[in-house]
Amino acid sequence: MPLIHAQSISAGYGDSRAISDVILTLQNGELLALVGANGAGKSTLLRVIAGAHRPTAGTVSFKDSDISRLTDFQRNKLGISLVPEGRRLFASMTVIENLIVGAGSGRAGAWNVESVVETLPMLKPLLKRNASRLSGGQQQAVSIGRALMSNPEVLLLDEVSLGLAPIIIDELYESLSVVRQSGLGIILVEQDLARTIAVADRIMCLLEGHVVLEGKSGDLTHDQITDAYFGHSIGSFSEPDLTTEEGVQA
Amino acid sequence: MIVLNALVQGVLLGGLFAMAALGLSIAFGVLRVVNLAHGEIMTVGAYLAYLSLSSFGLNVWVSLLIVVPAMGFVGYWVQRLLLQRALRLSELAPLLVTFGLAIMIPNALVEVFTNDKKPLPTGDLAVQSITIVDGITIGVLPLLTLVVAVALIAGMQLFLARTQMGRYMRAAADDSDTLRLMGIDYRKVYAFAMALAFGIAALAGVFFGIRQGGVTPFDGQLTVLFAFEAVIIGGLGSLWGTLAGGIVLGIAHSLAGQISPDLPLLVGNLVFLAILVFRPTGIVRSKVAA
Repeated sequence: MPLIHAQSISAGYGDSRAISDVILTLQNGELLALVGANGAGKSTLLRVIAGAHRPTAGTVSFKDSDISRLTDFQRNKLGISLVPEGRRLFASMTVIENLIVGAGSGRAGAWNVESVVETLPMLKPLLKRNASRLSGGQQQAVSIGRALMSNPEVLLLDEVSLGLAPIIIDELYESLSVVRQSGLGIILVEQDLARTIAVADRIMCLLEGHVVLEGKSGDLTHDQITDAYFGHSIGSFSEPDLTTEEGVQA
Repeated sequence: MIVLNALVQGVLLGGLFAMAALGLSIAFGVLRVVNLAHGEIMTVGAYLAYLSLSSFGLNVWVSLLIVVPAMGFVGYWVQRLLLQRALRLSELAPLLVTFGLAIMIPNALVEVFTNDKKPLPTGDLAVQSITIVDGITIGVLPLLTLVVAVALIAGMQLFLARTQMGRYMRAAADDSDTLRLMGIDYRKVYAFAMALAFGIAALAGVFFGIRQGGVTPFDGQLTVLFAFEAVIIGGLGSLWGTLAGGIVLGIAHSLAGQISPDLPLLVGNLVFLAILVFRPTGIVRSKVAA
């Protein structure tokens, strides 16, 4: 029984379609990475699963129960937690208050302020600091910690490393490896391909809203993923010919 | 000494303005709803107190035990059934809804209670006073009003800082979309905030009615003006700013009243306009909503 099964999802914004007919499955304890260029539809897909964006077609199931009609806060209560792009902390509140609000679903489990701080040690000296006075990396750690406070079974991570220094990214990924040991399923949206290949169990590549490559990370080569990422034909990587008319338009 | 007395009376009057503005500040701070019917909610609160007096023989202070929770209950369901639906349509829709309520409520009150002033007697309290020094006398009722206003604001600050619902209200003010991702039914948070706003507005309405010797159906049209001015002068989103705004407005009214009884409203409006021009963020800067 998959944790998440998204069937034939299409979604967009106004007349613009962001994803078309996407099928996604997440197994228990699995880390699925969504990769793709900006605008490929990764964040939209995560938001559809979290219930924060209503799809135009398709269904989302959680442990074989159809949750398509549930709101975002109802899905969080079931155990689906989203770390949104841009961190989206409650800026007028302290770090510990952000964490406490994150436990709003009331779900029981191993995650509480102590265990979150233990897993994300950079938060320890910051608990009483206002969230608006944190660096980007610290904010990301709070955002991840806040999502864990709801004791999720599925963690949706959107652009964890965006705009952060490499040393901070290393620290966050170290913490995420500890989070993974708790057995929850993770869907990760990440721009850093090398890091994605290193941590993911499975990789799904989106291009202009369509799934163009999917497989276990060990079975896919870096070139295959790069080709899919940039929209070259799979398995035959070549630079686009910019001298042709299509090439110029592309 | 006359000026000093006017200042003291202005501070006391400011307590009443701040109490009137508090509910408005909460509604705007958390829900981003500008409640144009705020004055009418105050008036309804005063009429409920009058009904408690005339029907059950309660005194004004005991009637508050009924009036405040009853109006809080009304506020909760007005938000859930009316304003929440309007919020789904557009940001402007709740403004129009409250505008409609502001027109309907006083006309309904005229139908039920007529235009005659309905008394809210408090016995000797209305005339009791304390002489501080020669030339400065403080009325017990205005002092009580200021004390209640300060206690309400301090209590509200504690509520927002220390309770789970208070934190949810602050989080909703910061980013309601993200609050939903935390598993919080934001509709209940909004409704609770509106219940608080209505309950406090009703309390302020009763104090206004007592000060004016009674209540008439269209009182809300003036009180909402004072409430808006106090919120804007103090700075949107700051409760202590609302108190400061109320006091500034109260002092302006009081000092102007020393010159001519016709001037307080005009001078109050001029101070409000001056703040809008020279310090549009208000005299107390704060990012913390409500």
